[in-house]
Amino acid sequence: MTPTHSGVTTAQRATAVAARATDLSKVYGQGETQVVALDAVSVDFHQAQFTAIMGPSGSGKSTLMHCMAGLDSISGGSARIGDTELTGLKDKKLTQLRRDKIGFIFQAFNLLPTLNALENITLPMDIAGRKPDRAWLDRVVETVGLSGRLKHRPSQLSGGQQQRVAVARALASRPEIIFADEPTGNLDSRSGAEVLGFLRNSVRELGQTVVMVTHDPVAASYANRVVFLADGRIVDDMPDPTADLVLERMKGFDAKRRTS
Amino acid sequence: MFRTALRNVLAHKARLLMTVLAVMLGVAFVSGTLVFTSTISDAYQASSQKGYDNVDVAVQQRSSDSPSGAPGGDSKPKLDQKLLDKAAQVPGAASATGTVSGFTAIADKKGELLGNGFSTTGGNYFAGKDGKDARYPMRSGAAPKGPHEFALDAHTADKAGYKVGDTVRLSVDGPVREQKLTGIFTTDDGTVAAGGSLALFDTPTAQKLFAMPGGFSEIDVKAAPGTSQNALKSEIDKVLPKDAAEATTGKQLADDQAKMIAKKMDGMKTGLLVFAGIALFVGVFIIANTFTMLVAQRTKELALLRAVGASRRQVTRSVLIEATVVGAIAAVTGMAAGIGIGAGLRALMNSTGATVPDGPLVVSPSTVLISLLVGIVITVLAAWLPGRRAAKIPPVAAMNSVHATATTKSLVVRNTIGALFAGAGAAGVLVATGMSDGKAVMGGGAFLLLIGVFILTPLLSRPLIALAAPVLRAFGISGGLARQNAVRNPRRTAATASALMVGLTLITGLTVIAGSVQKGIDKMATESLTADYVVSMANSLPLSPDVAKKLDGLDEVTAVSPLRMSPSRIDGTPQSLTGVNGKDFGKLTKLDFTKGGLGDLQGGRVVVDDATAKEKGWQPGSRFPVTFEDGKKGTLTVSGVYQGNQMIHGIIVDNATLAPHQKQVTDRQVMVNTKDGTSDAAKESLVKGLGKNPALAVSDKKDISESISQAFSLMLNMLYGLLAMAVIVAVLGVINTLAMSVFERSQEIGMLRAIGLDRRGIKRMVRLESLVISLFGGVLGIGLGVFFGWAAGELISGSLATYELVLPWGRIGLFLGLAALVGVLAALWPARRAARLNMLAAIKAE
Repeated sequence: MTPTHSGVTTAQRATAVAARATDLSKVYGQGETQVVALDAVSVDFHQAQFTAIMGPSGSGKSTLMHCMAGLDSISGGSARIGDTELTGLKDKKLTQLRRDKIGFIFQAFNLLPTLNALENITLPMDIAGRKPDRAWLDRVVETVGLSGRLKHRPSQLSGGQQQRVAVARALASRPEIIFADEPTGNLDSRSGAEVLGFLRNSVRELGQTVVMVTHDPVAASYANRVVFLADGRIVDDMPDPTADLVLERMKGFDAKRRTS
Repeated sequence: MFRTALRNVLAHKARLLMTVLAVMLGVAFVSGTLVFTSTISDAYQASSQKGYDNVDVAVQQRSSDSPSGAPGGDSKPKLDQKLLDKAAQVPGAASATGTVSGFTAIADKKGELLGNGFSTTGGNYFAGKDGKDARYPMRSGAAPKGPHEFALDAHTADKAGYKVGDTVRLSVDGPVREQKLTGIFTTDDGTVAAGGSLALFDTPTAQKLFAMPGGFSEIDVKAAPGTSQNALKSEIDKVLPKDAAEATTGKQLADDQAKMIAKKMDGMKTGLLVFAGIALFVGVFIIANTFTMLVAQRTKELALLRAVGASRRQVTRSVLIEATVVGAIAAVTGMAAGIGIGAGLRALMNSTGATVPDGPLVVSPSTVLISLLVGIVITVLAAWLPGRRAAKIPPVAAMNSVHATATTKSLVVRNTIGALFAGAGAAGVLVATGMSDGKAVMGGGAFLLLIGVFILTPLLSRPLIALAAPVLRAFGISGGLARQNAVRNPRRTAATASALMVGLTLITGLTVIAGSVQKGIDKMATESLTADYVVSMANSLPLSPDVAKKLDGLDEVTAVSPLRMSPSRIDGTPQSLTGVNGKDFGKLTKLDFTKGGLGDLQGGRVVVDDATAKEKGWQPGSRFPVTFEDGKKGTLTVSGVYQGNQMIHGIIVDNATLAPHQKQVTDRQVMVNTKDGTSDAAKESLVKGLGKNPALAVSDKKDISESISQAFSLMLNMLYGLLAMAVIVAVLGVINTLAMSVFERSQEIGMLRAIGLDRRGIKRMVRLESLVISLFGGVLGIGLGVFFGWAAGELISGSLATYELVLPWGRIGLFLGLAALVGVLAALWPARRAARLNMLAAIKAE
């Protein structure tokens, strides 16, 4: 299967591209110790879609996300967010791009313990020196169900609540794309389901674009599409996944690995 | 456990570096002081020993009973040529040298005094049998002969650019002399070694100049080979007039001098060590802070040790062993640096003109031992509390996957203790200001208050730092985050700020006190003085009455009055009378009369200061009997009571009344009014009228004020220099805290970078946090310093009536700026580190 253009399988949805990788390569080290983390990966992430990136450990899924999000440098090929080419951007421009166009959700929540929930949510806009859109903010807060806890510090919130704050933080500035790195990795299954539900709703109801890295087939089943990576290459692209289908596919990788 | 501890030291090299530096600086200060003082004192002792090489027995005049002690009066000198000859003839004597000495002012080429006036001495060139004086080998030229020649020490001659054959203006007792420089000599003389000048005349000239015709102030006898100093002494004792002179062996003299030098150096050593102690005290905060943070970071690791069976004591011990290793490294490097400082200080002293005799650098075993002990003991003590805290970590903490958060143990107990200390201390200081002798109470109170504030600093950090919020808001999100970070761990912030606080408290306190005292003394010296000029000896010795006479004869001069002392007795107790020119006295001074007035200061009429009047119970109109210095009796009448001050006090009498009773007249100073008031021209004409005498100082009020303020700023600058060490240590503390904070918060910083805070924003955040902490310490320190300065002033004002509190706002602003600078400088490296942080690694790190 050629993963060059996934538009075929999701033609019924919006086709505008929020982020695109073309022959994207990432190489760590040099000579003998050289490791190819991404090997000429080409993939589009469409607007208002929830895409999951899956793959076994070391498949390059996190690297792909980091490169696409401007967190890591690119060895070859190109990566775009909207119309902006990331290759060749200086740190300052890259920082601005992340600030203005990208939202992040991390596995370890990564909230500032000194700020309360609301302050954490508006942090990206405070950094940019922008006033948050009040109505939007209220809607986001409402959506993630944090209305009563905005004045709480992260240490006073449960893990699930903290991750909901992180989700709200990513949504609040209406970025063009949200990258989520194992957002449910540190959560129990119920809290994880809540967070994934919010992410799906944000795509359905708010038209947000979300790209999520995960190794959990259940988490992946919340997405519209799953992109499978192995050994730095895209090996499969599955539209409208279910947990069972994803699990099957993953097992296939494992089997292949064992036999190879 | 030892191996674990050692591994930890190695694993946290960078983090412990600042701790090592802090201890090192303190130890370097201590060992530098010890090396410097013992080197100097050994050098001085060696040089004084050398000075007595030619003296086996010294004969000195027995100290006279008469209080005036004026030599050369009507009585004949007690050490004369006859005695010298006798001493030279005693069995076992090889030769005898008679010396005379006294103040001799040398003018430089511009006519101004060379040296500081206190160490400008003159003596005699005592030609021995070979026509030479072994004490003063000539570098060039020949020994002085006759009343118009003299020789000068090489150091002074080089400084002034004098060469053999030059005619030099000098003054011994008042009148200016012009002498021909015939020789330049080298000498081991202590005064010259310390930067003074020494002029030599031939013996008869010196005897005449120093008012000892035919006499000597000391006879030095050299023993013949084989004769011991003691044997020679007992021989000389036989020929001495017992009541008038005594003999001392050269060894005894050298020992006495050595003791005196040691005593002097001890004072200096103690002073320097106090500052070293302050630097070390500041260092304690930093060490404690570092170990607290290290323990907090290693919570999991320590808990694991506990879980696998390490006892509490073993955990504590591992922390203390770590501290010992750090302390030992710091102590050794500090001592090495200290030896360098000791050598450097000597070079510095040499370059500033205070010549120090040469000698080897002395590093005594006790210096080594003290330095090592101080370094290790201080470090271990400071790590004690963190070590105990480490032992309290429960083994279960090892199982927690979550980062152990700093204990948010309530500060209630701490705050209560702090408030008690601070309250008691402040009360003590306040009570002491009302006491007549409250030094001890105030010292104790100040100490308690300081400790109290240390304990309370975490509590104070929140409200005080909140005050900075409006300013920080201007810096956007970086400012807000910086403020939050600064109050995040109040204990840590407090310890960091306290380190800076100590230095600034002392600096501010000293500045306030010095400024106020200076103002007070200045006021006292000039307030009651309305005279245009005051003429005095450059070395503050008494003036010849010729000076007043000469000034009176000048056309320029409109009023003249000397201040002349005359010992007398009233009701059997000694009482000094101050003689003035009664006619002009009123024009030259402005005394504040509480009762009566100056009136016509003539004959038996006198004015008395309030203290004396109160003591004697005198009122205007009171009459009292007096015995003048020649023993004749008289009666004086009080016509007014004035407020006394430093310059004018006591019983003031017209000179004409005193004159018949005085054998020998000397003036303390002469006050002068001129036609044109104070002007360069007036001063010029006075100086010229006095024959451009290098020994005389003509000063107006401004000159007096300036010389006072110069003395004070010199002292303050020295203290600032010494306290700078404490501030440097505090800077290290701020760097340390910030570096650790950046390390601990790397995940947060990575997240901030990821969601769009640029490097500049991160840098600014760290810098602002540093600035806030430093300013917090600065404000506390300056506040305490001003309070202590005020309180000490209240005590001082008891003995200095003109004392008034001067708050040097400019300086205070400067200190606050200094605190800010400390903050900015300390943040340079941590901020860079934070900005360079690997974002991905930081986010991934758990």
